[in-house]
Amino acid sequence: MIIDLTRFVATETAYWDELDAALGKLASDPLGRMPLDEIQRLHYLYERCSADLVRIDAFSSEPQLREYLESLVSRAYSEIHETRAKKKIEWKNTALAFPRAFRRHLRAFQLSVFITLLGCAFGWFALHQDPNVKAVLLPFAGLLDSPAQRVAKEESASKDRLKGVKGTFAAELMTNNIRVTLLAMASGITWGAGTLILLFYNGVILGLVAADYIAGGQGVFLAGWLLPHGSIEIPAILLGGQAGFMLAGALIGWGENTPRAQRFRAISPDLFAIAGGAAAMLVWAGLMEAFVSQYHQPVLPYVLKISLGVCELLVLTGFLGWAGRE
Amino acid sequence: MGGARMTAPSPYSLVIETPEGVTFSFELATPVTRSLAWAVDTAASLGLAYGASRASEILGTLSADWSTAVGVLLYFVISLVYCIVLEWKWSGQTVGKRLLGLRVIDEQGLRLQLPQVVLRNIMRLIDAPPPLLYLVGGIAALVSRKGQRLGDMAANTVVVRERRNSRPDLEQIAPARYNSLLAYPHLAARLRSLANPEAVGMAVQAVSRRDGYEPMARVELFSELAEYFRGLVTFPETVLEGLTDEQYLRSVLRVIYGAK
Repeated sequence: MIIDLTRFVATETAYWDELDAALGKLASDPLGRMPLDEIQRLHYLYERCSADLVRIDAFSSEPQLREYLESLVSRAYSEIHETRAKKKIEWKNTALAFPRAFRRHLRAFQLSVFITLLGCAFGWFALHQDPNVKAVLLPFAGLLDSPAQRVAKEESASKDRLKGVKGTFAAELMTNNIRVTLLAMASGITWGAGTLILLFYNGVILGLVAADYIAGGQGVFLAGWLLPHGSIEIPAILLGGQAGFMLAGALIGWGENTPRAQRFRAISPDLFAIAGGAAAMLVWAGLMEAFVSQYHQPVLPYVLKISLGVCELLVLTGFLGWAGRE
Repeated sequence: MGGARMTAPSPYSLVIETPEGVTFSFELATPVTRSLAWAVDTAASLGLAYGASRASEILGTLSADWSTAVGVLLYFVISLVYCIVLEWKWSGQTVGKRLLGLRVIDEQGLRLQLPQVVLRNIMRLIDAPPPLLYLVGGIAALVSRKGQRLGDMAANTVVVRERRNSRPDLEQIAPARYNSLLAYPHLAARLRSLANPEAVGMAVQAVSRRDGYEPMARVELFSELAEYFRGLVTFPETVLEGLTDEQYLRSVLRVIYGAK
């Protein structure tokens, strides 16, 4: 117990000031490496101040001093007990963290694909049952024409309908798709229900459009129209769904004995990597949709567009499947 | 990681117990202060985004299309990354949080990591869906024991009030001079045991800031504080004779701090 507080303060002040200065140095240079002797000294100062904090507990009449010591100890604690990565961002590792995170949570991606395919099947089935369902389910007026009419219109177009607005169109596609993908991820916090609904609805639209064009004999046009951007955009949204299901899995914690906070802590770097990777993919997809996908035969031959889309898909598969393997 | 245990004994504080057995606490930010900070940040990010959009108009001389495209992208990027960049660079603070004295910290008191910052900000899409303002996050924060919105829960973060980081100047509080109260050690010991920490804290503040008060306000403040301490223990009249309220209060603090 402290008998004489003023004497206690006078004795310990030098140590408190030294710890404060060491923490200030660490804060001003978070990427710097401390020599071993400085680390040992920091640890000693942390333990000494912690002991002072315990001793001051017996002297409850001094809230301001206690608050000061708590501040010092909490700052030192966060530096000494932190074993995760330092503040420095290593870009090479960050780029490879994306495919690694994807492979670590492959089951969540498979679930994402399964829900989307289920939506596709529903869309396909709905169109076969009632062709008027297009007007109810499709969000874009441009898709309500018959496929044959649209193909004829696109292929006979004499002028570039996106002339002078291609950049703006690409920017709007990027921002909208990134928002949808991040929403698919964030919706995982609703125990996965939000992610599931979003993926299913996306699947319904995709299935409905595909069924419509294939039934109308315009499968090649459809592939040429969708593949250049869709081979990147659709997987990006599926990755958003994967991240959403990871979040839901951590929230529910089936078969795991760890606390919820620990489960969230374990997946947060992977969520970050997948969300960042998907966003980068959607920047590319936006450019492809504005500058390639909207141009059809005879301006851009379908074989070229389809080949481009297939190549993109192969590169993406290779990257996600093999990049950064150890 | 340190393996710290966390407890939250009251709705407004988060107590962290370190593996060394030391406990320290953080005062949690209230929904009202958080809302104010959010309003400041929304205004700041909208202002920045608007400024960036206007700046992109310079490109209009080259291409109106690309000028609009850059404006759309800048608006989106700024509204998305404003909080991420500031919370990362300023260790858990944004402009609004700085003004309101708030800080985002790791739930276990550890260093805030980039994935945590990104995740808690992306989760705003659910916490604050456009038509509902911050309704979802606000309800979650009100219901949560640690005042966490959904983004905080997912990222393991909490928003706390910034600590004051100044050491009390005990010399200024109780300068060394003869203290007549110490002539009665049993009464001094009784005063020490009965003094309320909050009242002592107020007395310390009053003495430390005495020169900043208006003369009349100072007299009234010291009178009220002295009256409180006189009510705890009655010292003989002879001891108190000639002591002003301020001198009495200094003597009381010197007794409480155990100085001779």
